[in-house]
Amino acid sequence: MDLYYLPAHELHRLLVRREVSAVEICRAVFERIAAVEETVRSYLTLDRDGALARAAAVDRELRAGGELAPLAGIPFGIKDNICTRGLVTTCASKMLHNFVPPYDATVVERLNAQKAVLIGKTNMDEFAMGSSTEHSAYFATRNPWDPNRVPGGSSGGSAAAVAAGTAICALGSDTGGSIRQPAALCGVVGMKPTYGLVSRYGLVAFASSLDQIGPITRDFTDCALVLNAISGHDARDSTSAPGEAVDYTSFLVDDVRGLRIGLPREYLDSGLDEGVRQIVKEAAAVLEARGACLEEVTLPHTAYALPAYYLIAPAEASSNLARYDGVRYGYRMPDQDNVIDMTRATRRRGFGAEVKRRIMLGTYALSAGYYDAYYLKALRVRTLIRRDFEQAFEKFDLLLAPTTPEPAFPIGDKTEDPIKMYLSDVFTLAVNLAGLPAVSLPGGFLNGLPVGIQLIGKPFAEGTLLRAGYTFQQSTDHHRRRPPLGGGGVSR
Amino acid sequence: MRDYEAVIGLEVHVELKTASKIFCHSSTAFGGTQNTHVCPVCLGLPGTLPVLNRQVVEYGIKVALALNCEVARFCKFDRKHYFYPDLPKNYQISQYDLPLSYDGYLDYQTDDGRTHRCGIVRVHMEEDAGKLIHREGGKGSYALVDYNRTGVPLLEIVSAPDIRSAQAARAYLSELKTVIQYTGVSDCKMEEGSLRCDANVSVRPRGSDVLGTKTEIKNLNSFRAVEKALEFEIARQIEVCAAGGRVVPETRSWDEEKGITVSMRSKEEAHDYRYFPDPDLVPLVISPSWIERVRRELPELPAARRRRYQDEFGLSEYDARVLTAARETADYFEECVRQYPHPKVVANWVMGDLARLLNAAQVEIGECRVRPGGLAALLRLIDDGTISGKIAKGVLEEMFATGKEPQAVVAEKGLVQITDPKVLAPVVDRVLAANPGPVADYRQGKSKALGFLVGQVMKETRGKANPGLVNALLKEKLDQ
Amino acid sequence: MLTKDQVEHVALLARLALDEEEKERYTTQLAKILEYAAILNELDTADVPPTAHVLSLQNVFREDHVGPHLPPDAVVGNAPDKEDGFFKVPRII
Repeated sequence: MDLYYLPAHELHRLLVRREVSAVEICRAVFERIAAVEETVRSYLTLDRDGALARAAAVDRELRAGGELAPLAGIPFGIKDNICTRGLVTTCASKMLHNFVPPYDATVVERLNAQKAVLIGKTNMDEFAMGSSTEHSAYFATRNPWDPNRVPGGSSGGSAAAVAAGTAICALGSDTGGSIRQPAALCGVVGMKPTYGLVSRYGLVAFASSLDQIGPITRDFTDCALVLNAISGHDARDSTSAPGEAVDYTSFLVDDVRGLRIGLPREYLDSGLDEGVRQIVKEAAAVLEARGACLEEVTLPHTAYALPAYYLIAPAEASSNLARYDGVRYGYRMPDQDNVIDMTRATRRRGFGAEVKRRIMLGTYALSAGYYDAYYLKALRVRTLIRRDFEQAFEKFDLLLAPTTPEPAFPIGDKTEDPIKMYLSDVFTLAVNLAGLPAVSLPGGFLNGLPVGIQLIGKPFAEGTLLRAGYTFQQSTDHHRRRPPLGGGGVSR
Repeated sequence: MRDYEAVIGLEVHVELKTASKIFCHSSTAFGGTQNTHVCPVCLGLPGTLPVLNRQVVEYGIKVALALNCEVARFCKFDRKHYFYPDLPKNYQISQYDLPLSYDGYLDYQTDDGRTHRCGIVRVHMEEDAGKLIHREGGKGSYALVDYNRTGVPLLEIVSAPDIRSAQAARAYLSELKTVIQYTGVSDCKMEEGSLRCDANVSVRPRGSDVLGTKTEIKNLNSFRAVEKALEFEIARQIEVCAAGGRVVPETRSWDEEKGITVSMRSKEEAHDYRYFPDPDLVPLVISPSWIERVRRELPELPAARRRRYQDEFGLSEYDARVLTAARETADYFEECVRQYPHPKVVANWVMGDLARLLNAAQVEIGECRVRPGGLAALLRLIDDGTISGKIAKGVLEEMFATGKEPQAVVAEKGLVQITDPKVLAPVVDRVLAANPGPVADYRQGKSKALGFLVGQVMKETRGKANPGLVNALLKEKLDQ
Repeated sequence: MLTKDQVEHVALLARLALDEEEKERYTTQLAKILEYAAILNELDTADVPPTAHVLSLQNVFREDHVGPHLPPDAVVGNAPDKEDGFFKVPRII
């Protein structure tokens, strides 16, 4: 097996046994990048020198007899909306083309504390607004399973990197499905934790009440390890949930007996690819065979989640993105007569079409005379959506649903019609509105393209997601399939 | 003029003297080199988040209670959106529909001695903006931005439109400042911007209960400016109305130099603050026990203190007002009275000689080198006859300059009063011998001449002679 | 129905310069999205409280301590224009 395709927990074992060094792992990943990055284009910024230096430090520590943290020496890709001190953080926007944060996001600090090796910043839809990574101001990332198709988005770079072997693990952010949807389309595991579990400090805000950072990994053991590293209370984030640290690896048990799993009728009845429906049913059968109880459940307000989301998220975004005015950092349109003209021109040139569309929509939804009709209405509907889930969770421990209505679509397919693009997130965004944890995992393949299935849990029940996902992966090998990408690399 | 009355409401911003800013750990210290009291949070860098400073809430509750407000059990923060380069996020974190407190009042007194009550609509918490420095140069004009002040906690105190004259507005503001200073949460220095005031004013025919069109006046940087600007604006509006015109609703700026308010060109920008609950902050739930604890810790407020000074100490209303105008003065006065229980005497010295010295030297009473104990000791020296009242004034000056205790000053300068007749008798004889004219005058019944002779004896003894004894000795000799 | 005038007003609020073509395009696209959002009106939400936060957290505070400031170089390090430690902007009107 190629080093770059091993999960973090296996690499850790090899490191501890001195069968491989952190520098070797790092080199293997960079060689892989050299081989396939031209095709996949996951990274906006690569920090080869920094990464090798960090890897060398891990090796020194290992030689000195130090004990390695589980993620020490593991090459990570970080979505480019997560601030990294001294390393340009662009949010895939021209607006922040040269922004070098003077501080690290909490999640980056925590990965650094484990001596994980940050290798680069991954491509995304500009300011995380999009579902295909085509809305990057720089270039589109390709799906490793078919370079003519999108990797999903907005964390498309992170998901594609993990799938292509150009990162072992990655961090993404999920506001309406931006971790789970690309994870599904790239055939990897992507978890959106409960709102408040992972600190948002240092995550460039898109929609603050919906945003969460989460892991993108090859399997559930890695998912648990990354979650262990990045979760937990942070005093710098007022919305960070209090509570003791949890060891998520303790939930990695191959047993779902007695677990009550609901299949939301609305998700399976809607405009869903027949093949995807079939894969969800097969996944249900796998879990049932392992002893889980599966039953249909109803989430009556499902159809309203998308319109509610597309008022709430743009409204918050219009506010969060007001700070990009050309004054303190980032792009400034030169040669403007006065500060108002400067800011107007800067925002016109600095933001891409989708970002501007959402700023316009959100500004409108918050403006005098429309606030009640749009924003407040959407917040009330949000309550109804939460209640749907609360009711379902009175009876069930988990919900099982498709992650996306279809596998990866061709590049350019949906860029002309915003609503068509928004529909890619139809199964993921209700979870953000309700603040719940959910994970997408490979459930099968259609015409050689991965299809994701989604597990949705109660607030702070990441452990249940891990247990079900881990058990599923013990019985299936979809997650072991690798994309038919060329390129060699270090074998062993 | 007589046919119109003014309707005035004031919006006052007070900077709280917490150590750190409202949502981050940066310092609130005044001044400082540009952009040195900033961190990623108050600079609004992408990815940063606010966390509320507990002390701001504590101080807010204090002021709310001092202004007789209801403190909200549940309140939240909202974002108020407008683009301005001194506002790093281009929204200000403020409170909109659920403020910290509401429905209070403040009683204040105008110069004519009448007491008025002004409603307080609300007191809420928000963050301050930065500072812009304009550099003029025609086409090449530009501006510089300093974010040191960005995120300094503010309380906004909105009065009801209950004020009816420019003088009353000034009196209200003055009382508000005193009350807030008593609570100890702000310096309230208008010159440093820690107390700022905008005024809303309209006029209407006297007796009407309909509100006229109001204007908002900004750039009021002193108490005087508040009064002068409102006087001007009221007269201007009355003139407009009397001529059959209409007041334009607008924001006007006070031009101190010209003594006029001028329209601030309404910018081409549309105004719509688009308030919505800040998703980065969580709601604030203030328990009754928290409110009660703060209430118990409130100091005695100026109005109560003024009443007590009249009732308990028998001071005049005027004296009580002067002594309580600043908390430090009142505290000083009371400490002095505790050690020397003659309030009227202490009041005279604090408001008289001591105030004069403080004024001349531009020193705050808190920094005064004459501590209350020292003043009390000085007054006791007069009572026990060690020094005369006149000498005491000089001793006070010396104490003020050097910080020495009165006994030490008296001893060093040999200022102990001469109360021994045997020492004084020769001096009296000398004066009588040297002044035959006044002696004759006195003996012919011109009693005024005695005063002159006393003065001469005092002069001879450099003021140290006990005046009563000198009097008695002179009379004794003259009446022989 | 969303009009071009409204789009222009919103662009002013959002401080976005738009050309004619963009105004037309946003008018059409936003109208379409808002039309889609109108299905929310099928729901009677008169008695439903809004959810602004999914968390039940309240009273999250920090203590009033002064922490480290950014070094001056870092403060203006990303500034498009600066002078003497200040951020520099074109004239204010």
